[in-house]
Amino acid sequence: MRIPPRFSQGIVVSILGLATLVTLSILIFIIGFILEKGLPVVGLGFLFTLPQDMGRAGGIFPTVVASILLPLIAVCIAVPLGVGTAVYLTEYTRESAVTRIIRFGADCLAGIPSIIFGLFGFIFFVTILRMGWSLLSGGLTLALMILPTLIRTTEEAIKAVPNAYREVSYSLGATRLRTVWRVVLPNALPGIVTGVMLGVGRSVGETAAVIFTAGSSLRLPSSIFDSARTMSVHFYILAREGISTENAYGTAAVLILSVLAINAVAYGLMNRFIRRRS
Amino acid sequence: MRLSGEKWVQRALFAVSFSAIGGLLLIALFILKEGLPFIFNVGIENFLFAKKWEPQAGLFGILPMIVASLWVTAGAMIMGAPLGVAGAVFLVEFTPKSVMRVIKPTIELLAGIPSVVYGFIGVMVLAPLIRSHLGGPGLSVLAASLILGVMILPTVISISIDAITAVPNSYREGSFALGATRWQTVRMVVLKAARSGIVASIILGMGRAIGETMAVIMVAGNAVKIPHSSLDSVRTLTANIALEMGYATGLHRQALFATGVVLFVVIMILNSAASAMVKNRMGGRK
Repeated sequence: MRIPPRFSQGIVVSILGLATLVTLSILIFIIGFILEKGLPVVGLGFLFTLPQDMGRAGGIFPTVVASILLPLIAVCIAVPLGVGTAVYLTEYTRESAVTRIIRFGADCLAGIPSIIFGLFGFIFFVTILRMGWSLLSGGLTLALMILPTLIRTTEEAIKAVPNAYREVSYSLGATRLRTVWRVVLPNALPGIVTGVMLGVGRSVGETAAVIFTAGSSLRLPSSIFDSARTMSVHFYILAREGISTENAYGTAAVLILSVLAINAVAYGLMNRFIRRRS
Repeated sequence: MRLSGEKWVQRALFAVSFSAIGGLLLIALFILKEGLPFIFNVGIENFLFAKKWEPQAGLFGILPMIVASLWVTAGAMIMGAPLGVAGAVFLVEFTPKSVMRVIKPTIELLAGIPSVVYGFIGVMVLAPLIRSHLGGPGLSVLAASLILGVMILPTVISISIDAITAVPNSYREGSFALGATRWQTVRMVVLKAARSGIVASIILGMGRAIGETMAVIMVAGNAVKIPHSSLDSVRTLTANIALEMGYATGLHRQALFATGVVLFVVIMILNSAASAMVKNRMGGRK
């Protein structure tokens, strides 16, 4: 007997719907679980006091500082490189073998696992360039890691700037550089900021690449040549070495909230940008 | 004066644009430089195909880790790929646009949950469940597979959604005009047209699963042995590097870099396959 097409469609749609529901509920469960257990621990005191006894007691202040400084360093290094690459690819050249190589490089870099970045950062920045475990080594490693995202989003943003803008600028006698600087980049800014925020989000949540380059010193860093421990590294150490489950939950809650907030800003900006363009 | 300034800027931008590929080459160079000599010294068969990993005794066989990585990744794919693709199909084809506009960003947002958090959930929730209901140590192939399966969902869903949305509406309309139901259209027309993009999403998810480190360290148990069942504790290639990097020196450290070489090569193969898939799709569309 043949199953009527309408009937089989009904079955399939319910299965697919169920799969989607399962996916969403798992992901929401994870966030809910961490926040439920962690938020009671979190308060201003937790955020702004120094940890005591390896993190068994006290707050997580140094790790908050490190989680702000490290992405900041990474972004400062990656933005000129990423935006420069995107400007070159879109405004200064045509599609050719060279641009294909550049894009291939960015795509491959995007797929490299963070532990490989960690290994590289450890041997290159920490050991060979003698920067030691420091915010600088970590920042440089993370800069490489977020570079592909930055290039990709900036490129999309620049492509979305209507050509008429450029033509008007040229017709007024502006040079290419002036057009890029005064017309194209300001109009592409929301897209660029999206890329930056995604990079910051990834840096804040990153562990494997950071632990081998920035180290895990719990002291408050006083310069970029100091080792520092970010929230995610701190959380990992607390959880893995069983130092304090309570503080681990608290750190995880802060970590998740910051990453989600950063990503929400990024996607919010992107959506507004797209709506304005279309 | 101004003209020469323009030229200078163009040259500077040209130089800057090689930063990504330059970074990639630097990474490849230094990982290979540290790892390859070791592989040749010890011999490929004593490294890739030997079962004993005892750095103090000079034994550096990574076969258990290779098997573990493959098993854990396969498990993650069995769970994550169907669930992810099903979710993408459902969201694009069977829900109103307004719903998708809310759910897609939500899922992409979730891609940002740090991997250590996934690992922690695995330790606190999943491992005890497995231990009490299925036996074994709890921290196991199964736990790692399930956690990785969830971790790759955002990647698979988001890229599959892009592939399915990119199928021109005229394809669907043609199929409806022939009297097909929506599901028949999806099965016979849309999925065929979006196939390469969907496969690419699965390959990229696989790359993420193989390369994932922190979550796996926390939930896989890290015992160096070839697993015999899904409930056994295992150590993956990535975990092996991260666990011992902190204190390894000399030959031991080179061995870890050599493990990195294996990982790097596997990932590059997967990435090239995924980007070839995507290019195929672009080529076919013209």
